[in-house]
Amino acid sequence: MTDQAQLLPGTLDLLILKAVSLGPLHGYGILLRIGQISGQALLIEQGALYPALFRLVRQGLLKANWGVSENNRRAKFYELTAAGRDRFREETEGWNRVATAMAVALAAQSEEI
Amino acid sequence: MKSLAWIRSVAAKFFHRSPVADETEEELRSHIELRADDLERSGLDRAEAERRARIEFGGYERYREESHEALGGNFIETLVQDARFSLRMLRKSPGFTLVSILTLALAIGANAVVFSIMNALILRPLRVPHAESLYAVERGQDQAINHSFPDYLDLRDRNRSFEDLVAYNVTGAALDTGNNPTSPWLMEVTGNYFDALGIRPSLGRFFHRSDEHGPDSAPYIVLRYAYWHSHFHDDHGVVGRVVQLNKHPFTILGVAPPDFQGTLLFLAPDFWVPIVNQGQVEGVDVLNERGNRGILMVMGHLKPGVTQAQAVADLNSIGTYLEKAYPKDDSHMTFSLTSPGLAGDWLGGPMREFLTGLMLLAGLILLAACANLGSLFAARAADRSREIALRLALGSSRRRILRQVFTEAVLISLVGGAVGLAGSVVLLRGLSAWRPFSTVAPNMTVPVNPDTNVYLVALLLAIASGFLFGAVPVRQILRTNPYEVVKAGLSRRTGRRITVRDLLLVAQISICAVLVTSSMVAVRGLIGSLHSNFGFEPRNAMLVGASLSTAGFSGDSMPAMQKRLIDTVRNVPGVKSAGSVDRPPLYFGANTAIVFTDKTTDLRPSNAAAEAMVYNISPGYFEAAHTSLLSGRDFTWHDDENAPRVAVVNREFASRIFSSTTNAVGGYYKRPDGTRIQVVGIAEDGKYEKVTEAPQPAMFLPTMQSPHVRGTHITDSTLVVRTDRNPQQVAAAIKSALSELDPGMPVTIQMWDKQLNDSALFASRMATLALGVLGLMGAVLSITGIFGMAAYSVSKRLRELGIRVALGAQRSEVLQAALGRAFKLLAFGSAAGLILGLLATRVLAAIVYGATPRDPLVLTGVVLAMALLGLVATWIPAQRALSVDPLILLREE
Repeated sequence: MTDQAQLLPGTLDLLILKAVSLGPLHGYGILLRIGQISGQALLIEQGALYPALFRLVRQGLLKANWGVSENNRRAKFYELTAAGRDRFREETEGWNRVATAMAVALAAQSEEI
Repeated sequence: MKSLAWIRSVAAKFFHRSPVADETEEELRSHIELRADDLERSGLDRAEAERRARIEFGGYERYREESHEALGGNFIETLVQDARFSLRMLRKSPGFTLVSILTLALAIGANAVVFSIMNALILRPLRVPHAESLYAVERGQDQAINHSFPDYLDLRDRNRSFEDLVAYNVTGAALDTGNNPTSPWLMEVTGNYFDALGIRPSLGRFFHRSDEHGPDSAPYIVLRYAYWHSHFHDDHGVVGRVVQLNKHPFTILGVAPPDFQGTLLFLAPDFWVPIVNQGQVEGVDVLNERGNRGILMVMGHLKPGVTQAQAVADLNSIGTYLEKAYPKDDSHMTFSLTSPGLAGDWLGGPMREFLTGLMLLAGLILLAACANLGSLFAARAADRSREIALRLALGSSRRRILRQVFTEAVLISLVGGAVGLAGSVVLLRGLSAWRPFSTVAPNMTVPVNPDTNVYLVALLLAIASGFLFGAVPVRQILRTNPYEVVKAGLSRRTGRRITVRDLLLVAQISICAVLVTSSMVAVRGLIGSLHSNFGFEPRNAMLVGASLSTAGFSGDSMPAMQKRLIDTVRNVPGVKSAGSVDRPPLYFGANTAIVFTDKTTDLRPSNAAAEAMVYNISPGYFEAAHTSLLSGRDFTWHDDENAPRVAVVNREFASRIFSSTTNAVGGYYKRPDGTRIQVVGIAEDGKYEKVTEAPQPAMFLPTMQSPHVRGTHITDSTLVVRTDRNPQQVAAAIKSALSELDPGMPVTIQMWDKQLNDSALFASRMATLALGVLGLMGAVLSITGIFGMAAYSVSKRLRELGIRVALGAQRSEVLQAALGRAFKLLAFGSAAGLILGLLATRVLAAIVYGATPRDPLVLTGVVLAMALLGLVATWIPAQRALSVDPLILLREE
């Protein structure tokens, strides 16, 4: 548990978009996908996923349809809308810029100033 | 269509669980199942897997709620849930609920009543098309609404700002439709009246400007719809019928539409006649006299695009011209505009001030009620801290709890508001049906039926006050620490010595004390004004109205007829004295005229020595009215047209014109037409226009000497009759004696003191009544406030009190411990309220005669009243504190 990092505020939405951008998934599937692609390094309480999911649906970034899971349970599958794809691209770029800037800033040495 | 769907979805949410909620549940459950499947696959048995899955999922309820909120669809649903829960909580404490609802019902009801009076009389325009551009013209600095007819004609023909200007007058007359004569109220209007106002007849036709061809040229009548209904039974054949108005034939032209009630809010005329027929209607025609300002009102629609300021400038330039052209009659001809419904600022001004003051007081009542409920809510929240803590511990958010508290508050305020509004509607219906001046003017009404505005304001006030008092316990709830409360039980928080509740109570009590103070000041003022000296004695006297003009008398036959009238009345058994006066003092205003000193030769208005009240009286009036003569003599019947002109003046007149009250008898003064008048007597000062006025100069002239072509004095003269017997019987005897004299003459008889109550004292009576009611409500609110606080503090401290009793405390000590704080707060609040109230009564002094805050009786009265209220309110809690049985309390713990 101790090697899992707390999510920064606002990053859960981006992770969900990323997870869904790789193909339609149900809620539990999204959690598994995030765990898989982040190497189990990010801690998300399972229930916390749903308010975020519904918010994204309401913003029109995701759309949802009922379907049947691989082990024959009824589940709701999420996929990106066109607006979702655009937003995902923007957010990714934004995140990369911030991350780069932060990395540079934190790597600064005293003689460089 | 979209909104329809929205309504349907909201309604669905209201009545059953929405499909969205079901879907969310299903999705969350499906997540847990999927996770359980995975866990089962890793080797757990199904039950354990499901348990683990649920734990891993986290706070199921919380996430379900948050998900639901994220979807944005559950506002109504939460509201319904909260409302259901609130209802359950309120049903558990019916006493609290009832007290809160009643408190609010009182407060909101009071506000609804005052607001709808204000709405009806001030905010709502007249019911004519385009009322927003309709203005009445006021004259001079004191904003007189009356004008002379020649001035009106000049204003009408010379202005460039109004579409048209109309003029009208209100008067009474005798109408004979074949059976017995009645005395209806009517409006004399200019021919363009209906056309300029844009009113269309509902039957027949109206008269027009083209119908006017000089004096008495248009003997036409237009009936008000309701009068047509009640007196002509909706007879469509009424058009063209000839009726006798003051014994002159008039033709009924048509009927006005049902919703047109004339152009005064409080007086609907029975019919309209052209003003050119004034000679027939009033017995005398003054339309050619520029100095006779007998036209009640001049008004018209502004042309589109003309501002009020432009119109006033336009009128003022005409005024300058009038002053130059007619220096004898016209001075101070500046104009302003006002709304016509309440006869301009004559009635509208004081009414506006009074209603604004009343609205303020009603607002204070609501504020006091909110303070009251706020402290009740705070106490309730303290009592419920365990429940709140439990809900917090179970994962409910503080926001949700606050929402529920507010729902409860608004629920109470809505129910209270509805009850209050229902009560006020009943009251207002009664008020609208009321004829306050039934003796003098049966057509006068107070049209204050509530409308949508009133309902809307009541609703807003209810919701706003709900939020106001619901907000009081917010901090308390936000600071609740669930673990502390659950662990330690209900611990009384110590530390802060002054709580929000204390402040609220002090605020509430001081507001109530303000109300009690002002109502006491008003009541004292009214009692004072009823016993003050008016310069005449209204008790045991009656006013006999026998209108000579309506009986068909005019010109030279009037004075002789009047003498016969007085002699007839004098001979009625039981009558001690009788005399006539053209308009009794304090009877809806007074006639005034300017006078000059004897030495003045340039008789233009600006050189006048004074503006004096004018009373044309017959010999015997002073005796009948009990107006004492300080020196000199009364008139005799020999002071007639052939004798030198004489007058009796009052003391104020004498000291202003002659600068002495003793040497004035025998002295001379001049009237605007140059007539020299000798003073033969000095009468005591009196009240003439209103009871609150400062001493005014007044002159009494013998009615036989007043040129009857000039004034309207004889035509509507009134007999003052003094009796020492039962007035009712004497009145009947007078009536029969007069009908023997002339059967066609309408006679009205009223007791003078009753008539005064209906006219001059009406405003102060109403003000006192209103303030009395508000004061009473203030008293009730302070009782509930103190009671709530005292009862609560006693119930909180029962254990402590029990211990004190067990340790041997005396009764007084127990009381001190239990209620000392309540009394301290009461004293503090009362003192603050008393001071504020005394400051506020300065305003009152303008309306209620003799209302002075520096009245020791009022001061002690307020202190006593508040102490008494405190005693009443703490009685039950005190009994409870005294009857504490320490054994039972100790056993219970």
